[in-house]
Amino acid sequence: MNPQSQTILPASAPDADPSVPVSARLAARAEVDRADALRPNTLRTGPDERGRFGIFGGRFVAETLMPLILELDQAYEAAKADPGFRQELDFYLKDYVGRPSPLWHARRLSAELGGAQVYLKREELNHTGSHKLNNVMGQILLARRMGRTRIIAETGAGQHGVATATVCALFGLQCVIYMGATDVERQKPNVFRMRLLGAEVHAVSTGAGTLKDSMNEAMRDWVANVHDTYYLIGTVAGPHPYPAMVRDFQCVIGDEARVQMQEAEGRLPDVVVAAVGGGSNAMGIFHPFLDDPAVELIGVEAAGRGLDSGEQAASISRGRPGVLHGNRTYLLQDDHGQITEAHSISAGLDYPGIGPEHAWLHDIGRAQYVGITDDEALAAFQLCTRTEGIIPALECAHALAHVAKIAPAMRPDQIILMNLSGRGDKDIFTVAERLGVSL
Amino acid sequence: MSRIAARFAVLRAENRGALIPFLEAGDPDLATAEAILRGMPDAGADLIEIGVPFTDPMADGPIIQAASKRGLAAGATLGRTLEMVARFRAVDADTPVVLMGYLNPIDSYGPARFCADAAAAGVDGLIVVDLPSEEADLLEADAHAHGLDIIRLVAPTTADARLPLVLNGSSGFIYYVSITGVTGTRSASDADLAAALPRLRAVTDLPVAIGFGIRSPAQAASAVRIADGAVVASSLIETLARSLDAQGHAGPDTVRLVLDQVRMLADGVRDARTREIVA
Repeated sequence: MNPQSQTILPASAPDADPSVPVSARLAARAEVDRADALRPNTLRTGPDERGRFGIFGGRFVAETLMPLILELDQAYEAAKADPGFRQELDFYLKDYVGRPSPLWHARRLSAELGGAQVYLKREELNHTGSHKLNNVMGQILLARRMGRTRIIAETGAGQHGVATATVCALFGLQCVIYMGATDVERQKPNVFRMRLLGAEVHAVSTGAGTLKDSMNEAMRDWVANVHDTYYLIGTVAGPHPYPAMVRDFQCVIGDEARVQMQEAEGRLPDVVVAAVGGGSNAMGIFHPFLDDPAVELIGVEAAGRGLDSGEQAASISRGRPGVLHGNRTYLLQDDHGQITEAHSISAGLDYPGIGPEHAWLHDIGRAQYVGITDDEALAAFQLCTRTEGIIPALECAHALAHVAKIAPAMRPDQIILMNLSGRGDKDIFTVAERLGVSL
Repeated sequence: MSRIAARFAVLRAENRGALIPFLEAGDPDLATAEAILRGMPDAGADLIEIGVPFTDPMADGPIIQAASKRGLAAGATLGRTLEMVARFRAVDADTPVVLMGYLNPIDSYGPARFCADAAAAGVDGLIVVDLPSEEADLLEADAHAHGLDIIRLVAPTTADARLPLVLNGSSGFIYYVSITGVTGTRSASDADLAAALPRLRAVTDLPVAIGFGIRSPAQAASAVRIADGAVVASSLIETLARSLDAQGHAGPDTVRLVLDQVRMLADGVRDARTREIVA
């Protein structure tokens, strides 16, 4: 498929009329999306029946798990086709998660950068403080439909773990969270939150004790507890159907942002920017814009101490395709196919892979992936806090740093939409330490 | 006839099951692992399974994870593992060797080049843990072109309806994963195993080996009374790990201790079908 051949949404798009309520416009948008999906020249129909986006994705799991993956796929397809499932999800998204999240015109930040207008999609205002709950809410309802009583999850920064522990508390389900020992140390507030919420938190000390290792351990738990356990993956990675399912649940971000952008500016943004670890917040905001070729999509990977420092987490910029955690994607690996350790100041980006659909969007040139270092992210963290009164998570501080790079070279009538995917309260200890302040 | 088929034919004629011991390449160092491999046939190994170290062994428990880590630290790679098999093959023409590992090192090596090199080195079969039937086309044609058997895992979660798909394209033998879980953690009951085997026998004539959770000579003996082979991995690795010094280096008795245990397991397996079962 050629990204240049996409249709541009006509000016009379059903989601463009500000006199119609947001919910009605979202419904109209959904109609357009369904119609788009039937046309061959859309980038939004993936994956194929084998769970692949081009050469990426797939289902690379041990035979013990394969029947479970297939069962999950069927259950998800059935839920998607059931209007009752959508209704139930919408109810919880509105009254529990707190959606829709606002779109904020960051005027002081825009003025300070002296170029494009910067709009922030305020996902950090969701319950639990990040975009993670969008996906978790969808999957927990699915797990309940499937009759599962024990929920397991991996977590890096702890945002996905907190979101998972939260819905388990809400529905009275047993919750076990795997978290790398290094991350347990640098994200203490989230560990305490998870335990308060009733979750068992296991510190994983294999490897570097980060997100990759917690995912290995979660898969080992799943294979040993197949009869009652649901593995609630937090990002757009893993074996099919996870990348597609998590994306679908996160698309609410971009669906809302499209409508809100039309409302605020009467047009779509010129650029959409989001941080990418596994890539769920980025996919959630990118996907509804895939078929708008005039909208540039930029994913920001963690360049750690520099893209060529050997200490980074930029799978696309510095990795090559391989297979890990159930899918083919770009991976940080050595010449022998051994996975190398990622590094980032941000625990949520500290992962040597990326979701397979991102790998595909990179290969076909629809999205661009750039790197931002620890230091650049740290500076952007302070910039946003100082100019907007919003303390961003270190993950999205990477996206902010890229916005700060490109905005000054753009015209004041151009628009950057950025996904502010999480709040930074959890990171104040890390930031204080880096700034030489003892708390 | 492949080396694996030939070996199972001999075993069938002698009415005994196969002992399939496991070693991890490069664990605790390249030379010690090779010495263990060389000694295994004399100690009673009928087939040998060699683990190829990987940084993220998702289906393995702590014991084999540690072995994998030691192997990597010692410099084991897929290429060096093939070199070790080639040297073994120069002195042992008959004992089948099966490589067990994860897909990414093979993918990185290049599936076609890997299958050619593995066959040339004298490898007989491949068990690729994270390559289910749905993705098998990645390796199958190259493996079969070079006479390598693809040995599939069948698990307790594999429903009868799924068995034909899983067994299609598999050869050599079937590896029955006796528990839902990772390696070296728990054992299946004799009753569970006895119930599982008829499911497989109904749909395949290939020999069936049981793995995951077989630790003792008695467990290995039980396994070969109902199946055609028993794979023993974690308990051999534990013996090896216990023999290492504080720095993780091989001790003076490392090779002997592992091979002694292989000998005891082989004794348990050898006359398991003819010996009276003592309650």
